[in-house]
Amino acid sequence: MNHAIVEKSAALLFMLTFIVISIGGLVQIVPLFKIDTTVTPVEGVRPYTPLEQLGRNVYTREGCYTCHSQMIRPFRDEVERYGHYSIPAESMYDHPFLWGSKRTGPDLARVGGKYSNAWQLAHMVDPRSVVPESIMPSYAFLKNKPLHLDDLDLHLKALKSVGVPYSEEMLEKARADVEAQATGQGDTEALLKRYPKAKLGDFDGNPSTITEMDALIAYLQVLGTLVDFSEPDAAGATPAK
Amino acid sequence: MGEHRYDPVTGQYTTGHKWDGIEELYTPLPRWWVITLVITFAIAIIYALLYPGWPTTRFYFPGLLGWTSAGELKTEKDAARAAQAHWRDQIAAKPVSEIAQSEELRTFAITGGRSLFNQNCAACHGLGAGGQQGQFPSLIDDDWLWGGKLDDIYLTIAHGIRNEDAESRQSEMPPFGEMLSAEEISAVADYVLTLSDAKAVEGRKALPGAAIYEANCAGCHGAEGEGMREMGVPRLKDQIWLYGDSKESIVHQIGKPRMGSMPSWKPRLGDDAVKMLTIYVHSLGGGE
Repeated sequence: MNHAIVEKSAALLFMLTFIVISIGGLVQIVPLFKIDTTVTPVEGVRPYTPLEQLGRNVYTREGCYTCHSQMIRPFRDEVERYGHYSIPAESMYDHPFLWGSKRTGPDLARVGGKYSNAWQLAHMVDPRSVVPESIMPSYAFLKNKPLHLDDLDLHLKALKSVGVPYSEEMLEKARADVEAQATGQGDTEALLKRYPKAKLGDFDGNPSTITEMDALIAYLQVLGTLVDFSEPDAAGATPAK
Repeated sequence: MGEHRYDPVTGQYTTGHKWDGIEELYTPLPRWWVITLVITFAIAIIYALLYPGWPTTRFYFPGLLGWTSAGELKTEKDAARAAQAHWRDQIAAKPVSEIAQSEELRTFAITGGRSLFNQNCAACHGLGAGGQQGQFPSLIDDDWLWGGKLDDIYLTIAHGIRNEDAESRQSEMPPFGEMLSAEEISAVADYVLTLSDAKAVEGRKALPGAAIYEANCAGCHGAEGEGMREMGVPRLKDQIWLYGDSKESIVHQIGKPRMGSMPSWKPRLGDDAVKMLTIYVHSLGGGE
């Protein structure tokens, strides 16, 4: 075709441009229609408990992700320091995900269980009391802020609508589950059945009130603990078969 | 469209494009530039064939080299492990007591243990392992809650204290605030303070707290406050106080005891690492 024809007809130029761009788009998009999921499911991954989810809301609200990533890359230096590299399934219920590519503080993808609740509390209240060289600000105010529970069911419903498999039972018992997890009292057995491996107990050393500190520490303590990497299957779940 | 005309002023041909009497000169891209562009196309195609990336309707084309980032990591980790195999294999095979006896293995374990400690343990126990008053115990003194022998330290690091690990060290001091009156607690605190005071040995038994201590505390902390390491019961006859040496802090500790918790490290770091950490911590000054 003589390209003078294309150059002189705006409609034709538009149509041909559209066709070329469509090919590029289709090559990327069509395969996604044919596969059920881009994430290989892995044993152990579950939605966050209501308390952990509220802690995650505090984490995003306070902008923790601006300094801390939650993605251990498959490099030896990172794996030696932080543990097994992150696999896609571990953040499949994260909305939004908090991977990040910039670190001011350390990666937190596997911080769960690395420190005791007492350390987490001391560190939030005064980071330099336990890590002298830290430049993290103090988040002491979180332990004086009662956890806001009124819109809990709306948060969970919103997550359910984007694909987090919260069951009707989980939504119904959400408030009771928050109280059971943050106090270690009540129907903890049912909680653990709904959310295996949930950490129970008073997280902030103040049993009388459920605070935002309780929620945040509960969230930090579950990070990276759900997949058992000592099982050979879990590690093999990352690369495509 | 006009024709390709030779333009004597510039010494070049024209493209034949002509607008309002203005003609466009034919100045093609330099040959080297075009060749470079073609080469980058070729490299892109070869790269796309060798490495994973192209989507298919089932999964994706894995590339002719079969390269994965996980595979590359494994190669690097295996190479690093192989470089240390001479020492790591022995550490994996031997108990900590034997590792500590070999000068060569001990040196290796202390060096590796130091970097493991700084990364994992220093957050609580401090970079110099001095601990933190009121929070986390010092590891460089002679006062050990759960024992300072190699095997004791190994168990504590491997399984931790008061956590979900089934083998973790467990014990609980009851809250005496629910059992004793405020006066009794105050009296027993006064008595506890005399246990570490050599000058108060005389007449200590006459204190009103003595009988209360005998009845409630001596079972675990010992008649003279010697403590009981099997249960992590602190020694009360020395001057080392984790949660404070004032009467006020002792009263608080009796009424509503604080009890430390430590994660279990074997699942996170592996057995070799726990052994190296054990040797390192034991070497810091308090090891028995």
